[in-house]
Amino acid sequence: MATYQLRVNGRTSTVDSWDPDQPLLYVLRNELGLHGAKFGCGLGQCGACTVLIDGKAARACITSVKQATGHAITTLEGIGSPQAPSAVQAAFVAEQAAQCGYCTNGMVMAATALLRSNPQPTLEQVKSSLAGNLCRCGTHTRILNAVMRASRVQGGRK
Amino acid sequence: MKDSTAFSRREVLKSAGVLIVSFAFSPAHAPAQNGRGGTPAAAADLDSFLAIHPDGKVTIFTSHVDVGTGIMTAYRQIAAEELGIPAERFNVIEGDTGTTPDHGGTGGSSGVPRGGADIRRAAATARRALLEMGAKQLGRPASELTIGDAEVRPASGGSGVGIAALIGGKRFAIKVDPNAPVKNPAAYTVVGKPVRRTDISGKTNGRHVYVQDFNLPGMMHGRVIRPAAVGARLLAVDEASIRGIPGVRVVRIENFLGVVAKDEWAAIRAARELKATWSEGQTSFTTAGLDAAMAAAPREPEQIQVNRGDTAAAMSSAAKRLSATYYWPFHGHTSLGPSCAVADVQESGTTVLSSTQNAFGLRNVIAGILNIPREKVRVTYLDGSGSYGSNGAYDAAADAVLLSRAIGQPVRLQWMRQDEHAWDPKGPAQLLEVSAGLDKDNNLVAWESKVSGPAGPQWTEALLGPTAAGIVAESPRGGGPPTTQNLELPYAVPNMRVSACALKATPIRLSNLRAPGKIGNVFAVESFVDELAVAAGMDPVAFRRRGMTDPRALAVLDRAAAMIDWQARPSPAPQARAGGILTGRGIAYMRYKQAENYVAIAMEVAVDSDTGNITVRRIKCAHDCGLIVNPDGLLNQVEGNILHTLSRTLHEEIAFDRARVTSVDWAAYPILRFPEVPALEVALIDRPDQPSYGAGEAACAPVAAALGNAVFDATGIRLRNVPFTKDRVRSAFARL
Repeated sequence: MATYQLRVNGRTSTVDSWDPDQPLLYVLRNELGLHGAKFGCGLGQCGACTVLIDGKAARACITSVKQATGHAITTLEGIGSPQAPSAVQAAFVAEQAAQCGYCTNGMVMAATALLRSNPQPTLEQVKSSLAGNLCRCGTHTRILNAVMRASRVQGGRK
Repeated sequence: MKDSTAFSRREVLKSAGVLIVSFAFSPAHAPAQNGRGGTPAAAADLDSFLAIHPDGKVTIFTSHVDVGTGIMTAYRQIAAEELGIPAERFNVIEGDTGTTPDHGGTGGSSGVPRGGADIRRAAATARRALLEMGAKQLGRPASELTIGDAEVRPASGGSGVGIAALIGGKRFAIKVDPNAPVKNPAAYTVVGKPVRRTDISGKTNGRHVYVQDFNLPGMMHGRVIRPAAVGARLLAVDEASIRGIPGVRVVRIENFLGVVAKDEWAAIRAARELKATWSEGQTSFTTAGLDAAMAAAPREPEQIQVNRGDTAAAMSSAAKRLSATYYWPFHGHTSLGPSCAVADVQESGTTVLSSTQNAFGLRNVIAGILNIPREKVRVTYLDGSGSYGSNGAYDAAADAVLLSRAIGQPVRLQWMRQDEHAWDPKGPAQLLEVSAGLDKDNNLVAWESKVSGPAGPQWTEALLGPTAAGIVAESPRGGGPPTTQNLELPYAVPNMRVSACALKATPIRLSNLRAPGKIGNVFAVESFVDELAVAAGMDPVAFRRRGMTDPRALAVLDRAAAMIDWQARPSPAPQARAGGILTGRGIAYMRYKQAENYVAIAMEVAVDSDTGNITVRRIKCAHDCGLIVNPDGLLNQVEGNILHTLSRTLHEEIAFDRARVTSVDWAAYPILRFPEVPALEVALIDRPDQPSYGAGEAACAPVAAALGNAVFDATGIRLRNVPFTKDRVRSAFARL
């Protein structure tokens, strides 16, 4: 059993893993009790497990605990709270942009990464940046509206 | 109410993170007991539906569940409206056999028309009781009183008495009265307004508890290993193959094989690496040439559902006769999150957490698997990934129960992606044969439509785990022939014959998948109506309008046409077959189940004649479901119906060979992606004087036909097989 130091949401935690290849997703969910990131496919195909690693969107289901060590990891819980949601989180609520919400983690995290690198994306840019995130309920239109709203709010353009 | 149950739903939720002291089985909350399961709500105790607390808050109890549809918000609005208590003060406990009344499972768009009607009757009964209590307190007749802002007060003004003071914490101890007077919809102030869902905030910040997030002390993680082929027998297991993975137990019950471990990753790796030897299996069909194979397959006798006039005679004397065969493929629910359940099988009783759409039905099945009285099983619903019908949730619950029983500890069982894609029961394929006759003036004189497919599914059919384990659970077999709902022509015709035929075999397990059967049926009917309009040389909207009289039907058709700036002319468009990027528009109409929602959908597409790629540019939908409860929740559902079905129509088809499903991930079973999402606009037509119909399915039904009609208009190519893949379109161009 090896020990890993993980920096998650600004805090350093020590976690044990018997397998250095254990995906970060299970460590976050089961060792750290952070349930924002979801298991969807384990194949990096759907985006439900998206977290930020050094500010960039990454798939926690195919990133090993060993690879994650030494990097700044941010989960859905780390970008805002129920009392103080981030602009993206608040925009998803304002647009009521969820049905089952199982994909919402990935959508919010991918949108957060996008707006950091491109604060004023066009609708087409938002669509292509979310191309790897699947939604099964058909909430796409509202998700796009939420990301565009977050961009406007962050830029002071209500 | 909370005094009478050992763990209330609220406590379940509070405990769902990591901390829970005990998880002792608690059979039930008193009002839901007394063997009353399945009794119509009208006969039920009011207290089984509603509890008004001393702090003025209200709890609604219902066996219907949300699964992301927003239906619980609609229930809060319905109850708030009748009770005169603000909707924010309501919370809902859903789908718990221990605390909620059994007034039906979720499905078939019954949430508002049936479940909501039950809630309305309960709230109306409570309203009348509260007015009577207030009358005593205020010394005035109940007829002079009203309820507003959570108090009973004189209608003419003056001080009243708070509802919490009248009943808070106490039971009504009366029956729900189906004849209790309900509020006049003209006076509604809460129903009909957009009310925000309370679950979305938690879904954006990771605090919403899904069944996948549930945790218990001592809980083990389980995974199942499904056979290499459908129906294969387990011949040997080599436990040494996973010797290097710590803390794993193998559970084998006849042909059922699973692993459990304290560590989830250990369970996953063990399931992946455990060497097992299986016998060969054999399915009845493979995907290749499935439409032709289904046409030739052994079948039960045809069942005629509609036989009006003399169709055969009218057909033979018609000036023009047309016929065509359409095909709808097997589809998966393919929920984004694989099915999951937590089960704790103990001597004292069994507890199951599941995202089941039918907690009471699942309870009975689990009691059958364990061969114990159903009172010893408690099933509690927790949200899961959207299921759109009976996905793998029931199988996962049974798997968890088998594993927990085997090891005597609570087990959280989650399927992996390939389990969900391969083994969730599938929406059945349909072969649709249609023919029609036109007279010399192009009037429609005869219509025939026939659907063939595997026998209609029941969700309880042959759960995977118990079947493999050799356990015959309470599980009624599949129903009759495929549905003929929406296989009738929705336009005037003097002679019509509509029939259905069940095939004797199905290659894979079946269950209901969103708008079951209706999408394929409307795809055939409304595509073929377009073919008839072409034969008549008429504009598709004008051709339909000729046979329509119902003003609500005309309203949606005209609205959708207006929304897309419909240019009246026959199809195909003049530039069709020209090559390059071709554009066109199409429309389809239906009334759901021939008796419910009116929906028309119009689309504009661009088709690349070189690649075969279809780009859907705009979708316009006009939707009339009667009285609207929550317009924002309704829009969310209708948009979801349309995009979900667009995905099914453009991309989806379950692939299988003689042994197994082969499309077992998102690469092999692609779905709609963001860059393909069209501009989508939905117009809701509110009918406050008409009953509400459920809206979780209806707008699915016209999508495939509208798309096929738009592609025909653009290209002159009639697509009769779903999905409309690039390859299929490109090869159709090559044949032109």
